[in-house]
Amino acid sequence: MKLYCLSGHPTLPCNVLKFKSTTIMLDCGLDMTSTLSFLPLPLVQSPRLSNLPGWSLKDGNAFLDKELKECSGHVFVDSVPEFCLPETELIDLSTVDVILISNYHCMMALPYITEHTGFTGTVYATEPTVQIGRLLMEELVNFIERVPKAQSASLWKNKDVQRLLPAPLKDAVEVSTWRRCYTMQEVNSALSKIQLVGYSQKIELFGAVQVTPLSSGYALGSSNWIIQSHYEKVSYVSGSSLLTTHPQPMDQASLKNSDVLILTGLTQIPTANPDGMVGEFCSNLALTVRNGGNVLVPCYPSGVIYDLLECLYQYIDSAGLSSVPFYFISPVANSSLEFSQIFAEWLCHNKQSKVYLPEPPFPHAELIQTNKLKHYPSIHGDFSNDFRQPCVVFTGHPSLRFGDVVHFMELWGKSSLNTVIFTEPDFSYLEALAPYQPLAMKCIYCPIDTRLNFIQVSKLLKEVQPLHVVCPEQYTQPPPAQSHRMDLMIDCQPPAMSYRRAEVLALPFKRRYEKIEIMPELADSLVPMEIKPGISLATVSAVLHTKDNKHVLQPPPRPTQPTSGKKRKRVSDDVPDCKVLKPLLSGSIPVEQFVQTLEKHGFNDIKVEDTAKGHIVLLQEAETLIQIEEDSTHIICDNDEMLRVRLRDLVLKFLQKF
Amino acid sequence: MLVVRFLPPSRAPSSTLPQPRAAQERGGTGGGASSAEGTKREPHLAMDRECAQLLPALCTLLADPGQPLVDDTCLEKLLDWFRTVTETEPSLLVLKENPCLTELLLHTLKLQDTSARVLSFSLRLAGIFAAQEDCFQYLQQGQLLLGLFGVAGAQGRPAWTIPGVRSGWVQGMCSLAQHPSALQLLDDCGAVDTIFSLQGDPSLFVASAAGQLLVHVLVLAVQGTAAGQPLDWPPCARRIVSHLENALCSPAAPQVTRALNVLTSLFGRCPGPWAQVLWAQLRAPVARLLEREPVPAAHSLVDLLLGVARSPVFRSSDHALLAQALSQLGPTHAGPLALGILKLHSSPQALRTQALGVLLQPLAYVLKAAVQPPGAPGLLDAVAGSPGVVDALLGSKSSCAGLLCQSLAHLEELQPPAGVAWVGTDLPGAGAPSPSAPAEPTDALTWPQAPLLRAVVTMLRFCNGSAAPASSAGGRLCGTLAGCARVQRAALGFLGALSQGAGPQELVTQVFAILLEYLESPESSPTVLRKTFQSALQWLLHCPDAPSSCALGPQTQLFLTELLPGLRKRLCSPCWEVRDSALEFLTQLTRHWGGQAGFRQALLASEVPELAEQLLQDPESYVRASAVAAVGQLSIRGLHASPEAQQERLPAELLRILSADSEGFPRRAAVRVLTEWLRDGHAGLAEDAERLVARVLGAAGRDLDWEVRAQAVELALVFLAQTLGPPGARRPSAEAAPGPPRPPPGPEALRPLCRAQVFEFVFRALFDCDRPVARKSCDLLLVLGARLGPGSPGEPVGGGPSPASVEAALQGWRAGGQGQPLGALGPEAVVAVLRALDLDGLQATLAESSDHVEKSPQSLLQDMLATGGVLGDNQADCY
Repeated sequence: MKLYCLSGHPTLPCNVLKFKSTTIMLDCGLDMTSTLSFLPLPLVQSPRLSNLPGWSLKDGNAFLDKELKECSGHVFVDSVPEFCLPETELIDLSTVDVILISNYHCMMALPYITEHTGFTGTVYATEPTVQIGRLLMEELVNFIERVPKAQSASLWKNKDVQRLLPAPLKDAVEVSTWRRCYTMQEVNSALSKIQLVGYSQKIELFGAVQVTPLSSGYALGSSNWIIQSHYEKVSYVSGSSLLTTHPQPMDQASLKNSDVLILTGLTQIPTANPDGMVGEFCSNLALTVRNGGNVLVPCYPSGVIYDLLECLYQYIDSAGLSSVPFYFISPVANSSLEFSQIFAEWLCHNKQSKVYLPEPPFPHAELIQTNKLKHYPSIHGDFSNDFRQPCVVFTGHPSLRFGDVVHFMELWGKSSLNTVIFTEPDFSYLEALAPYQPLAMKCIYCPIDTRLNFIQVSKLLKEVQPLHVVCPEQYTQPPPAQSHRMDLMIDCQPPAMSYRRAEVLALPFKRRYEKIEIMPELADSLVPMEIKPGISLATVSAVLHTKDNKHVLQPPPRPTQPTSGKKRKRVSDDVPDCKVLKPLLSGSIPVEQFVQTLEKHGFNDIKVEDTAKGHIVLLQEAETLIQIEEDSTHIICDNDEMLRVRLRDLVLKFLQKF
Repeated sequence: MLVVRFLPPSRAPSSTLPQPRAAQERGGTGGGASSAEGTKREPHLAMDRECAQLLPALCTLLADPGQPLVDDTCLEKLLDWFRTVTETEPSLLVLKENPCLTELLLHTLKLQDTSARVLSFSLRLAGIFAAQEDCFQYLQQGQLLLGLFGVAGAQGRPAWTIPGVRSGWVQGMCSLAQHPSALQLLDDCGAVDTIFSLQGDPSLFVASAAGQLLVHVLVLAVQGTAAGQPLDWPPCARRIVSHLENALCSPAAPQVTRALNVLTSLFGRCPGPWAQVLWAQLRAPVARLLEREPVPAAHSLVDLLLGVARSPVFRSSDHALLAQALSQLGPTHAGPLALGILKLHSSPQALRTQALGVLLQPLAYVLKAAVQPPGAPGLLDAVAGSPGVVDALLGSKSSCAGLLCQSLAHLEELQPPAGVAWVGTDLPGAGAPSPSAPAEPTDALTWPQAPLLRAVVTMLRFCNGSAAPASSAGGRLCGTLAGCARVQRAALGFLGALSQGAGPQELVTQVFAILLEYLESPESSPTVLRKTFQSALQWLLHCPDAPSSCALGPQTQLFLTELLPGLRKRLCSPCWEVRDSALEFLTQLTRHWGGQAGFRQALLASEVPELAEQLLQDPESYVRASAVAAVGQLSIRGLHASPEAQQERLPAELLRILSADSEGFPRRAAVRVLTEWLRDGHAGLAEDAERLVARVLGAAGRDLDWEVRAQAVELALVFLAQTLGPPGARRPSAEAAPGPPRPPPGPEALRPLCRAQVFEFVFRALFDCDRPVARKSCDLLLVLGARLGPGSPGEPVGGGPSPASVEAALQGWRAGGQGQPLGALGPEAVVAVLRALDLDGLQATLAESSDHVEKSPQSLLQDMLATGGVLGDNQADCY
């Protein structure tokens, strides 16, 4: 069993598991932090961005000044943002049989895999994962495509050139494999390969293994996966949460008794408690709005935004913010808000029960009805008519490199009354803000990551007790910035095995058993013999028939009569003739009794020696040696076959035959 | 002249109860007597005629197994009453005058199927009466006591399996074992063996009482005999001591615990010489307990050692035992022992140093886990690595938090109050003096203020993840403490307590820095934040750089300025507890530093006053109440964002809250603030105080919350004091004052009070269904009456309603009809009514507790009889 690690990002995993005869890709995350190296894509022409000076080498060589621009001491690539794909060279991705998706954040690289690698298999995911994943992809494509950029930078990727660049460009990994965003056509084609599954549904893969999605409690439709055969069980835990937010709670019980547990997608901010961060978010939002400032919340169109809107729904009245408009701007804003209300079966119990009242599960419906929350596909059109300040705007993309958020950063960045509040933990807020410097607006970082923290992981591992834990290397040591925090790493026994990008891991367990069925007529013919109380044995002579990873013992064909003539040989004739088998022996030889028996049969002058493995019975007179060990007995005599047979028969008297 | 007499307020809970008959009879003697009688209405607890008449029926009822049983509470009350009776009257006389009691006991003895409850009652009753020797002899004549307490008595009954019966036996035995004759009975009925077995009773109550009984019996046995060698002891005492000695040597921890508990009680009660002999005998087995691994019954052992240390039996040679215990016991148990030792004033310096070392160990370890070599001057470096402490700190989160919280709590208890000499000003590297140092007086131990401050700050830094550990063990400690709210709360509490001592400037800066970190951190939970606020306030109050208690030093000023943004954010928190704590903190800050220019400037520049005012509309009532208090305090100090608008708007806003808020807390806070404003002469009320008082009293008078009404009486009192001026010659205390006595104010002086409708409100409040309101109102009128002085009987009364109509109205209110108007009360009418009221009598009535009627034994007996259906007409209270 092997694990091929194609992504180095612990929360955007992409691994391939070879288990029995199947090749299973676990998640298909797309690392978008690469976009931070690029200049933002403004929706409206930005004089500031277009007038940034080009970057030149120390020696004054300016051959890169068209591709690289300098802003407040940082260098950015002036081109369409590109993404860092999962590793494609480590394994032939056309051999992947299935892809299992855990949640909508972990499927963003799907079109690159399904459309460009010769992949012919099936993708499994839950319905909300697919629908919301589609929204995220649609938003991404829309954000990129609506701001076409003629220029494409590639010179800087040259290895020799890259060496000369300042950090972080110099240290960017695998820049040659960075790719532009996919198209909507590719998205549709990729999504068409997905087969929908429900929680606890058992899916057979070629009869060899069974895969089952379980609720992971992190997002709508998010799943962990169990991959098991009859005798082995691998759990794949990716992006799970034990907090009570909107999704169905995490199913922990089904993870018990795993041989291997692959653990990814823990919280990216292990020191931040989501409750405290929500408090921080609300307080700062209220303070800004009270002072007449605007609040910008760069976010994804689904996920934490639902919880934030719910918190604000409860908070705005007490904070005197009832008259402040909330705007949600995204090409998929409407679909996202509506989808969230219809996936009742995937929600937590509280929200599910609302459906029967009947009430919408999320209170943002009421915010929309009362005109407190308004949503728009983009800043163009209706929004510009309705827009009034001070206000709160939720919009993407959290990287601040594309989407409507770029416009608001340019618009509001100059005033210290305004605040940008980062709630998504995926991007470093300082790096995200770099191309907007100098910035007057206040920046608040309150990342809300509801995924498991290390204390919860420790409890989870104690409860489910896997034999082995496999995780990204980042989880096996404290975060670099807090190297003293030994509590911020996975602590389990035996120590977790770690992996990094482009590594192949041999998983530490051997398959020892295989299930084989016996045909009824063959079973009928068996005559078991009880050798110990409760244990019976029987010899079987049969033909092992293997098809679709299922093994069946069938009765052996009857010996065919020799046929005369030149009749064509049939296939069954290939089956070798069954010889009459020697009986199998079992039992042990009690030395004392054996010696007595020998004496009775006229052997004298017997000596017994104890050896490390058993005994040696020496018949001095006959110059014969009988070696009795646990699993073998040897009679060594000097060319006296008669004597040997005699002795053999005496030995056999002590053993059972069947 | 009109004299209005009062019974308890008509709607008061007590008013629905029948009057005690004796009181009723006495009440009929005329108006003049009522006030004198009223001051002594405590129910008569002696065995009076009525009770004696009811008693036989009750005994019959109790003896009859077919009758429904009264509840345990009634039986307990009855026993309490008998105990009081036997304390005031000779028991034998009571028993002879009420033969039914003896009959009940005899009946219990004879009847095998007496209910467990009655059997237990009889045992305890017999014990109470047999406590007096003559009565004991009287009961023993018929072997009644032996029958009840002996093997053939309660012990032989099936009911013995019920814990209540065993408890009754122990308590009865404990009551009767008061005189030497009882010892014989104990011997006859094999009581000591029974007590030994009951010590291990499954019922904890019985087991504990049996232990106490054992102590009691031992004390009784040795009383009156001269202390001597163990062999000379009375046989009963010898058996008990031998039992205790065996138990101390037992391998079973429960037995050791029981023996230690008995010994602990014993040393508090045993006569001196005997105690010394006993301790001399048992000291060795107790010391041997310390050699066992682990030390059994450590908690009880600590109690015993401290008990002995506080008793006269303690000798200086026993200090070695305490020292041994300190080193042998685990940190959880050594801590309380160390605390106890440090509280003893007679311990030698070395022992005190060792004890302080024990308490400091966990903190020393924390400090050591964080400092980089060579480190700060070591806090008891030698003890920091004690294996027990290390195990507890690194073992698990709960043991680590438990030990640290315990140490902090103990140290907080020991922390010397500000200015007391326990605190050494000079801190050596370690708290322990060097062995070569000359012997110091026992109380000269140095309080390690600076290392403690450093340790607590480090602990708080571990908790918020900002401390860098110096070793891998420190790393584990860091992981254990990270985010531990329990330790955070305890450390912040102790940090606040440490504010009373001095500290180096650099450390005070660190304290302010960590407090700011906690105030600003989103990770601080509401309870931690509350503690942070409290601690910050204490540091601000005691900050060493403050030139005076109410002036701000530069460091304090800086801290205050820096914490305001954090406070501002907290006022906007979605968590109501946080908003509430922040408002309370703001109120305190303003109260102390509202007059300081630096603070005023910083506060006005922040948004805090506006936010506080916005929180008057908060959905959470606690927050609204705190906002009212904060805004009230800000307003008194003139700290408004827009002073002109606020001056007029705020009183109106408070009145709106008072009359419209749905919850009691904000309304109470509003009246309290208005009272404070009135008392302190708030500018906003100066012009039209009368009208405001009238509106407040009008609204508060209709309030359903009694605390609002009571607070409104307080406001009326303040207004009254301000209207009539400071008390003059009328007060006895003023007699010594120089100058001629001022004449009492005439009725005209009451006119502003009448205009503010104070009397309308106060007279109604006099009949308030809640006693505290009525009492306050009564007190107010008494104050007023005293100020006005006695009027001459012939003084004309004019204006306003006639006294007759006032009487009718008051009677009507007393009857419960609050709605009837009193009419416009003029000063003269008020004076007339005041003189007509028997306020002293009313005050006495109101001073009685509301359950004084039920407390009477007669009422109790009637209740019990009524339960049994013996009384045809149930006259008892069925509350």
